[in-house]
Amino acid sequence: MRIHDGLIGSVLLLLSLAVLWHVQGFPPAPGQDYGPAVFPGLIAGGLAVASLILVWQSRRSGAPWLQPGAGLRSGRHLAAFVLAIGGMVFYILFAEALGFIVCSVLVLVLLQWACGVRPRVALPVALVATLLIHACFYKMLKVPLPWGVLQPWAW
Amino acid sequence: MDAVLLAIQAVATPMVLVVMLLAGIFGMFVGAVPGLTATMATALLVPITFFLPPVPAVAAIVTATAMAIFAGDIPGALLRIPGTPASAAYTDESYAMTRKGQGETALGIGLVFSCIGGLFGTAVLIVAAPTLAEVALRFSSFEYFWLVAMGLTCAVFITSDKPLKGLITLLLGLLVGCVGLENPAGHPRFTFGNTELLGGLSLIPAMIGMFAISEILRFTLTTEQIGSFGKQIGSVFVGMGRMIRRYPKQTLRGSALGTAVGILPGAGADIAAWMSYAMSKKLSKEPEKFGTGHPEGLVEAGAANNSALAGAWVPALVFGIPGDSITAIVIGVLYMKNMNPGPMIFMNNPENVYAVFIVFILANLLMLPLGWACIKASARILRMPRNMLMPIILVFCLVGAFAINNSAFDLVILLGFGVAAWLMEENGFPVAPAILGMLLGKMLEEHFITSMIKSDGSWLAFVERPIAGGLALFTFALWIGSGWLAWRRRASAHPPPLTP
Repeated sequence: MRIHDGLIGSVLLLLSLAVLWHVQGFPPAPGQDYGPAVFPGLIAGGLAVASLILVWQSRRSGAPWLQPGAGLRSGRHLAAFVLAIGGMVFYILFAEALGFIVCSVLVLVLLQWACGVRPRVALPVALVATLLIHACFYKMLKVPLPWGVLQPWAW
Repeated sequence: MDAVLLAIQAVATPMVLVVMLLAGIFGMFVGAVPGLTATMATALLVPITFFLPPVPAVAAIVTATAMAIFAGDIPGALLRIPGTPASAAYTDESYAMTRKGQGETALGIGLVFSCIGGLFGTAVLIVAAPTLAEVALRFSSFEYFWLVAMGLTCAVFITSDKPLKGLITLLLGLLVGCVGLENPAGHPRFTFGNTELLGGLSLIPAMIGMFAISEILRFTLTTEQIGSFGKQIGSVFVGMGRMIRRYPKQTLRGSALGTAVGILPGAGADIAAWMSYAMSKKLSKEPEKFGTGHPEGLVEAGAANNSALAGAWVPALVFGIPGDSITAIVIGVLYMKNMNPGPMIFMNNPENVYAVFIVFILANLLMLPLGWACIKASARILRMPRNMLMPIILVFCLVGAFAINNSAFDLVILLGFGVAAWLMEENGFPVAPAILGMLLGKMLEEHFITSMIKSDGSWLAFVERPIAGGLALFTFALWIGSGWLAWRRRASAHPPPLTP
């Protein structure tokens, strides 16, 4: 997805101004001239200048504000893209409650299906991959992956 | 000498050797599958290395990356798709050789000269790193400030043909590095009351996001398909002795340029291969043959990308400044393993440093048999369904990012940085400067503030010491030279309108 450089530059300019404004509130370091605001202030100043140049350079580019690539214009690819991000959001929100195994199988089946794998193949692949990752991280490396709803059957 | 013996003992354990073998197979696989990169291999290995002792952890990363950079040549030669970006420079050339019926030679060159280049880079690492470390012991905050500033400058101007965009991502990376409590004043910055942010944004989940999640997102949107090939591959070692005798100068030049590019912060194997292929063509006696399936450029660039890997470890070990994005992750791992990089590591843990050297030599030798096996199995590896693989890697990333701190917040960082890196690359903003900024921001600030306090606010003190002055001069020369080049390029791209 191409975004117009002018738009990116403007957003970054706003960001750098926000940072510059925010660091004004940092307390000075006791007993010396260089407090916590100096370094981020300098960087934000540099970013503001660089964004201004970016905006200035792009003023005649003639590119559209937003230009989705070939993938984003194809429904199937867009679905896979949205599912990849959505799957991660789902995992972050529900892994604790539903457990790793349930979330992982769900995400894997849906995402494989969106990428064009037949559900008949996707489900066993998802199950095997999930159990392998679980065995590797939970059993061997002792990472406390959540059990969630499967807690009564934890192994 | 005792340290060398200790290092041999540390490496020659069944555990380290098995880890190297497994990591080598993993690296070959990752390199050979288009869309999976050597940096991604490192990012995926980190959660596993987290649970290993320091020597096998480093051994795993060194081996996997060396293999991945070579294995990237395989789909390049067979399908005209580079397996990793480091092979992109000469994919057309090696595919042209395959079409002429010389596919075995193209693959053999990739394998043999990767090994030679890797060993050359390792030799430079072994000689240069301890020597530089002795010099670095005398460095004060002024020298370190300029060293980091120079490294960041290189990252901006070398990794991208658009220095302005590189500069912007560098500044964004530095801003991200400011988050948290760890600054000279100990004031919580940009945490907005969030306790998870007090320690700063976790670097490892961020890097897994930037190198793995972004690749997965890009894959979901790729519309082109990978073809297949049916031909049996013969012996790849036939005629390699002749190649070595025919192109000794090219081998040396490629290895030397590759190592040098590796040592420069921010630029790694990809850029080494591009520069070296271009140089080979420029200095060749028969430049007209380039692009038609001519082995000369393959020899030079194939050696260059593997030598860059070892070169990148020089600044990483001596100064804690990564030479490429792989060593950026490695430095994160070294800190986790209490093997803090810097000149002191050569005094306090010389056996660990020597172990890294030995691992490098072993990994490059292991490349020959493993690479041969990988070429033999390439038909099967290239048929690997990526639409099953990518979702599995996604879940692996989620678990891996969680495993570092057992924190669900790290998953948010993983996702955020993954999407950000994808958007950046889509719009021509290079990612490497951002990584360097995030990693080196604290170091830059610490040395800057310390220097300012020491010099009582006088800027002159920054250039008074001879080495500091030299580094400063070099940094400014880079800024001015690159700025002038960029301006020239813009001027020639937009010629002034002609008046009739």
